[in-house]
Amino acid sequence: MRNLNRLTAQAMVDAFSSGKMTSVQATEAALDRIAQVDGAVHAFLHVDAEGALEAAEAVDKDRAAGKSLPLLAGVPVAVKDVLVTKGLPTTAGSRILEGWMPPYDATVVERLKAARMPIIGKTNMDEFAMGSSTEHSGYGPTHNPWDLDRIPGGSGGGSAASLAAFEVPLAIGSDTGGSIRQPAAVTGTVGVKPTYGAVSRYGVIALASSLDQVGPCARTVHDAALLHEVIAGHDPRDATSLPEAVPPVVTAANRGRQDGLEGVRVGVIKELTGEGFQSGVRQRFEEAIHQLSSLGAKVTEVSCPSFAYALAAYYLILPSEASSNLAKYDSVRFGLRVDDGGTIERVMGATRAAGFGDEVKRRIILGTYALSAGYYDAYYGSAQKVRTLIQRDFGEAFGAVDVLVSPTCPTTAFRLGEQVDDPLTMYLNDIATIPANLAGIPGMSLPIGLAPEDGLPVGLQILAPARVDDRLYRVGAALEGALVDVWAGTLLTQAPPLEGVPV
Amino acid sequence: MASLDRAEVARLAALARIDLDDRDLDRLSGQLSAIVDAVAKVQEVATPDVPATSHPIPMSNVHRPDEVRPSLSQEDALAAAPAAESGRFRVPQILGEEA
Amino acid sequence: MSATTDSYEEVLERFDPVFGIEVHVELNTQTKLFCGCANGFGAEPNTQVCPVCLGLPGSLPVTNAKAVESAIRLGLALGCSIRESSRFARKNYFYPDLAKDYQISQYDEPTCYDGAIDVILGDGTTVTIGIERAHIEEDAGKNTHVGGTGGIQGADYSLVDYNRGGVPLVEIVTKPVTGMGLRTAEVARAYVATIRDIVKALGISDGRMEQGSLRADVNLSLRPQAGPGGDQNEIPFGKRSETKNVNSLRAIEKAIHFEVARQGALLSAGKAVTQETRHWHEDTNSTTPGRSKEEADDYRYFPEPDLMPVEPTEEWIEELRATLPEHPGVIRARLQAEWGFADLEMRDVVAADAVGIIEDTVAAGASPQAARKWWMGELARIANETGTDLADLPVTPEDVAELQDLVASGALNDKLARQALAGTLAGEGSPRAVAEARGLAIVSDGAALESAVDAALASQPDVLAKIQDGKVQAAGAIVGAVMKATGGQADAALVRAIILRRAGVEG
Ligand SMILES: [Mg+2]
Ligand SMILES: [Zn+2]
Repeated sequence: MRNLNRLTAQAMVDAFSSGKMTSVQATEAALDRIAQVDGAVHAFLHVDAEGALEAAEAVDKDRAAGKSLPLLAGVPVAVKDVLVTKGLPTTAGSRILEGWMPPYDATVVERLKAARMPIIGKTNMDEFAMGSSTEHSGYGPTHNPWDLDRIPGGSGGGSAASLAAFEVPLAIGSDTGGSIRQPAAVTGTVGVKPTYGAVSRYGVIALASSLDQVGPCARTVHDAALLHEVIAGHDPRDATSLPEAVPPVVTAANRGRQDGLEGVRVGVIKELTGEGFQSGVRQRFEEAIHQLSSLGAKVTEVSCPSFAYALAAYYLILPSEASSNLAKYDSVRFGLRVDDGGTIERVMGATRAAGFGDEVKRRIILGTYALSAGYYDAYYGSAQKVRTLIQRDFGEAFGAVDVLVSPTCPTTAFRLGEQVDDPLTMYLNDIATIPANLAGIPGMSLPIGLAPEDGLPVGLQILAPARVDDRLYRVGAALEGALVDVWAGTLLTQAPPLEGVPV
Repeated sequence: MASLDRAEVARLAALARIDLDDRDLDRLSGQLSAIVDAVAKVQEVATPDVPATSHPIPMSNVHRPDEVRPSLSQEDALAAAPAAESGRFRVPQILGEEA
Repeated sequence: MSATTDSYEEVLERFDPVFGIEVHVELNTQTKLFCGCANGFGAEPNTQVCPVCLGLPGSLPVTNAKAVESAIRLGLALGCSIRESSRFARKNYFYPDLAKDYQISQYDEPTCYDGAIDVILGDGTTVTIGIERAHIEEDAGKNTHVGGTGGIQGADYSLVDYNRGGVPLVEIVTKPVTGMGLRTAEVARAYVATIRDIVKALGISDGRMEQGSLRADVNLSLRPQAGPGGDQNEIPFGKRSETKNVNSLRAIEKAIHFEVARQGALLSAGKAVTQETRHWHEDTNSTTPGRSKEEADDYRYFPEPDLMPVEPTEEWIEELRATLPEHPGVIRARLQAEWGFADLEMRDVVAADAVGIIEDTVAAGASPQAARKWWMGELARIANETGTDLADLPVTPEDVAELQDLVASGALNDKLARQALAGTLAGEGSPRAVAEARGLAIVSDGAALESAVDAALASQPDVLAKIQDGKVQAAGAIVGAVMKATGGQADAALVRAIILRRAGVEG
């Protein structure tokens, strides 16, 4: 088979079972592609060729022996470097963890291994997932495969770019305020933030514990659903893990593709359209709304007035939790130590000054402020109240509609370096994705076309009530199906080739 | 509400154990006070009647049984330590001479 | 120091002491508070650790159900209300023994709050101590300092063992205790002893202060006496000191004596008491100021996002209430009746904090009176001489029961038994082992004793004459001589019988 690296996960599964392809071939194709283009894209911080091939060989052997295997057995997957991997370096994009080898696997990594999926490597990210461009990585930025001078989104730019560059068919991301959905939008891929607690956080390096959620990244809605079912489910090692069974997301995706959206009520969030959104983004979004209507959905406008305060609440809650979560990088048990011969207090100060980048320092100081005596009520406490108001807005909206939609982000991919020294502007990239994290509800981004003015991908965000992640997949698959029919292929087939791009 | 001036950033950085030199302080305090001014907006709607939400999905009594699970070996526990001695993590002196 | 220190009694003529105690109880669960590592004392360093209690990136805490249950039972035993919804918070501060650089504790919503317990003093007086709260939190690891004098100050470097990190604690905080006057120190000590008895009776902790499974911090302040006609309640509390890690009952009493005297001297001299943390020094029976901090502590508490609230059902609370043991005061009354002790005897036992010890000794087979005799006699004398609590002497209730058994069976007399006990205290083993090793045994070999008696009678012919004259009690002098000659090991009754037979008088 040619162009193995362009196959979806489902196509690989089919090719494995019909004997047209082996897992070793799929894995080698991924490794070859990485060797070919990752010098230019820099989606990966670490590639584990040996481990991935070993896992692939074992799958092929078991398949040849007629053993029953999990559905995605043999399909290569990339893992965001925010998940700890036993015996593989894990840095969360930070110099403070350079060279750290965790002594344990994250629950999600255990599940990928149990699903017999070869783990190709660890993907690049903004340091400790703080950022919307992957430029805050301690190891250099990732480049958007659509235009290497542009950002791939963040913090999970590496996972999204690895899909858009056809390096792997599936990747794992994490989303605290949009870090799966925004990179998906700007790279023309699909990304899902499940309901808070749907996927275990055990072994996920914490940014903001009450917001963080791991999810699938893929090139199609159906592939995302396949990966979702591998990684989701209750984990007794995470006290915030949902006890319920995983909703049937694959079935929902199939149903959406086949049956359309007759009777589905779709709400357009009034506050997340219009002003501040790039014209090409608005244009594609409006077209997508028409598509939804023609698929049978009943589209109305819904107002969520408290969303005006979401960004402010988020930039108090996140830094507050992060300032505490990042205290453990103290040079005592693991990681960097800068020892100038002083006391441990001095050594901690010097280590954290050297090991953390500017964005991390900004947020730790901001969070320290928001929690400190005398400011708690005005900042952290007020932000938690805004969280309640946002939940109420969602509660009301979902009383009237089944899903909510908005553009995933206000603009297409901006240029590398353009916003890196302007934190407040950078923060605005997540304006549409943040409310879902504050409320704990699930969200998906899927590609809806290219902005006419720059030819770059535009994403649509779908939001559903907590615990009904399957609704995202039904609506997403239906819309994707209609668009793919129009485009005669996924949006990514329109991406420029990377072969021969100078490294 | 006073926004973050240079002295306040220095106090917070010390509390957060991040050494900042004068240039860092100049750069960060400007950015941080702009951010603090922007996020102070939450106070407009955070009225006393609104309860706080700390967990997005409420649950309670999530406990585990009191059963022993394997620990790491001492070797694995210390493997990533910047310094170790006699089975323990070694750290620079906690208090200076002058304390 | 003595030049500026007034006596406890002098100070309390002019001031009303106010104290509060924070007791940290280490729970004896199988596992730690938030991970499955074993909760045990004395393992090799860093062998009872995992990603969670080492604070490794990505790890998450999950609360031990048994620890919550123990805390609720303790709260109920302390007469506390159990909060419908309590939650954990993070207390943020950097310290190398704190793996995550924050402690998971409870802050504004502790599980148990607003209780009271009765504390019975040595003379039978009952004092009620208010309980502010009892909350659940995790312990820190242990630092060892290397170089210098072995203390934290001037050390070259330190070594950290996280085995204790994450061990479950319940911290019990009293309300301020006022108006105890001269009995302040005694009340404080009796309070801590009562807490220890309660946690042991609940079976939730071994309550051993010497091993650190029960640790106390003592807050103390002074305020002027209101004087005749004045209302003491209207006089505000003074500045307080918080003395950390006062880890024996005796030390509780002494620390209060010291702080009353120290603060009294300052106030009498017109100086101010500084609100500060102080350290207790067992060797000098004194306190010294802790490290003065440039900035006030700012722990930036906030609700722990990784854990969900504890919301015990009414039903569960009632189930736990049904498992509560009797109050120590009730237990005492029952034991006094069982043992047949006179009121005065029982008071002495209570004052010496020996109720539990005697109970254990009786359980090990000794009669109540014999147990009381040993603990309140010889052992109390030794404890007093060496400045330790009875419970901290290196002798167990089982040892004492064994000793008494040796006496009752005639293998040892009192004098030999004391020698055997001295051996046990010196670490030579159980009383029976010491007796064997040292060859302590009553000599009842007839021939040997007869020749010893003959020798004694020969050297004191006048005594022999008195006995033969019918003054049988004079035989005591000969018995004494024989005991001396045999190193105290002779069977005294047998010796007496031989003397009387030799003198031709039947006893
Ligand atoms: Mg405490
Ligand atoms: Zn552990």
